[in-house]
Amino acid sequence: MAIMANVLGLIFADMHDFTITDLTKLRTMGSVPYGARYRLIDFTLSNMVNSGITEVGVVTKSNYQSLLDHLGSGGEWDLSRKSGGLHLLPPYGQGAGLYRGRMDALFGVMGFIVSSNAEYVLMSDTDVIVNIDFKKVVDFHEEKQADITVVYGSGNYNGNEMPTKTVLTTDNDGRINEILLRPEITGEEVNTSMNMFVLKKDFLLKLIKENAARSQFSFEVDVLQHKLSDYKIFGYKYECYYEQVDSMLSYFSANMALLDRKNLSALFDNDRPIYTKVRDEAPVKYGIDARVKNSLVADGCVIEGTVENCVIFRGVRIGREANVKNSILMQDTKVGDRSEINYVIADKNVTIGGYKSLIGTSDYPVFVGKNSHV
Amino acid sequence: MLLAGGQGSRLYALTQDMAKPAVPYGGKYRIIDFPLSNCVNSGIDTVGVLTQYQPLVLNEYIGNGHPWGLDRVHGGVHVLPPYESAAGKKWYSGTANAIYQNISFIDRYNPNYVAILSGDHIYKMDYSKMLDFHKKNDAAATIAVLEVPWEEASRFGIMNTDENSVITEFVEKPKEPKSNLASMGVYIFSWDILKHHLIKNENDRDAEKDFGKNIIPAMLSEGSKMVAFPFNAYWKDVGTIDSLWEANMDCLNPNVNLDLYDHNWKIYSRTPIMPPHYTGMNCKIENSMVSEGCIIDGEIDFSVLFAGVKVEEGASVRYSIIMPNTVIKKGAVVEYAIVGEDCVIGAECEVGKPPEALEDKDNWGVAVIGHQVTLSDTTVINPKAMISVDN
Repeated sequence: MAIMANVLGLIFADMHDFTITDLTKLRTMGSVPYGARYRLIDFTLSNMVNSGITEVGVVTKSNYQSLLDHLGSGGEWDLSRKSGGLHLLPPYGQGAGLYRGRMDALFGVMGFIVSSNAEYVLMSDTDVIVNIDFKKVVDFHEEKQADITVVYGSGNYNGNEMPTKTVLTTDNDGRINEILLRPEITGEEVNTSMNMFVLKKDFLLKLIKENAARSQFSFEVDVLQHKLSDYKIFGYKYECYYEQVDSMLSYFSANMALLDRKNLSALFDNDRPIYTKVRDEAPVKYGIDARVKNSLVADGCVIEGTVENCVIFRGVRIGREANVKNSILMQDTKVGDRSEINYVIADKNVTIGGYKSLIGTSDYPVFVGKNSHV
Repeated sequence: MLLAGGQGSRLYALTQDMAKPAVPYGGKYRIIDFPLSNCVNSGIDTVGVLTQYQPLVLNEYIGNGHPWGLDRVHGGVHVLPPYESAAGKKWYSGTANAIYQNISFIDRYNPNYVAILSGDHIYKMDYSKMLDFHKKNDAAATIAVLEVPWEEASRFGIMNTDENSVITEFVEKPKEPKSNLASMGVYIFSWDILKHHLIKNENDRDAEKDFGKNIIPAMLSEGSKMVAFPFNAYWKDVGTIDSLWEANMDCLNPNVNLDLYDHNWKIYSRTPIMPPHYTGMNCKIENSMVSEGCIIDGEIDFSVLFAGVKVEEGASVRYSIIMPNTVIKKGAVVEYAIVGEDCVIGAECEVGKPPEALEDKDNWGVAVIGHQVTLSDTTVINPKAMISVDN
């Protein structure tokens, strides 16, 4: 049985930024708002903490101001500690700047990894929304005596979107025998990587040095694919509910999925809470003519109009007789009296005046950028 | 120095296991959040919280003071229970005695001024303006006062002042009030003068060791300069079931001058770790406050729901206050009621009734369910009833 205090968590906050450029223009993937009061990184970070990991490094590349602001000293995740705790790892040192792949990023933070006393490293991106017990993954890794364990799930994906997923197949024992990067998927059920990996610290350090010497920057290409037969690379199948964000449309549907009570309770209704930054907002106030239906609403909102099938973030104001449906309104967005909103994603602090109409469609929600006035 | 040891005996079942300042209020707060947040927002970074009655909930709630930004290297928040010393064991025997017993705590910080606040009032106030007023007037003590309706003046400690706001007379609950300026229980003292009076009062065997009854009159009779600082926003003493209910309903009243959404004067509180609240397909929520972690499938009207409350389909909650993690089961009707923390109101229960439903208005009142009570299905709880775990 794994002792989770021996596991170092490493979160890559910038991976997959390119899949949702509208939302990552001004922030990292990890700090993309999600689910009415969270940022994507909250899930992986909370999962690590709830699994017993007490030392976490967050690797960033650029646009990390909002991430720093969100994470602070890590106190909200109980990671403000004398030993271990949360470490933010922005670009640093010689040739610092934009890394060219996961191995390159790891080379940049090698000093941090070396200084940890951990036996294992758990690496995770922030594109997956899940409530997972990482202890089971590390136990699996030990049991299989794997060199690398890749967490994966399975699902059907249609071929309409830009291919972004890492698709894999395993043998009966769980050993991965094929890995494809961004293949075209046409509706069949496939196993896709959740971009979470476990490996021994010493083994990881060996890989980092080898790859650096050969100027190989990608973990997926240069390790998972090219060393598939050299190393014991296993897949841990995660069977429960999760969402993976890899396009604006999947971002939209991952939010809307929370309006299904099964999904909501799979993520939140257990003894592994999802932590986030506290904003000290008052409870939601519903006005005298408010109508609300099938929605998720975070603290600090004042709602005087109609809200249906929506995810409403903290501090949103919805005016009298305004009609908001099928939309995601991020922090501090204001909708004026009698405005009509349908299939809209409004980034933070958007102001929509009174008597306005903004209508998208279910397969192409309208995106309104941060601080915009409509 | 925040006086938080009060029992709040007129809140009965609600204060059975917790001191009055720890009683939940306004959908996510506890009463003490108001004076604590006022301190922080006014720039006071060293706060002593004096506890005595049922301090467990309060101690745990305040913790290291982090939610209020009071986990400081210098100062911060300190919970100050009564203690045993070489001179013996002594409970706090009055408000003045409580401060007297903590003179050495205050002296450690060597302050020029000390604010004495009570931990059980709902209001937003900038104490720094009051301190400016205190300094400008070169006063020994400044007492915050509120204009109350003349007909209610005889329920308060009333200040008579001259044209310069200098207090000329202080009368506790006067039968024939000469003024309608009531003390809010918010004082600023110059510390050396207060210390002198605390020691003197302590040595007077007959004194009740109370600020209103002893310290203020003694200072007046010695001719210390005391001024009244006028306050004219929302202030509420939530000492009774009715006033606690009213104060919560005030949160829903757009005409009440208590803005909980003002980012320039936030009321901080310890936030439970819960997801946003979910409103179901067939729910109806009007003129209410709903907090995080709630799941609402029933009807909510003119009510305040704390974190983690569940209202099942067909249930309705009207003119009521539902404290954290309580479940209202299918078809239950809760009206004009205060329901405590962690309760279960069984299916088809009826709790409370509107005043118009009763012929004899004297028998009407807000129904109260204490904390951790489970009502089996179809139980009927009359208006004005008081249910607690013990009975």
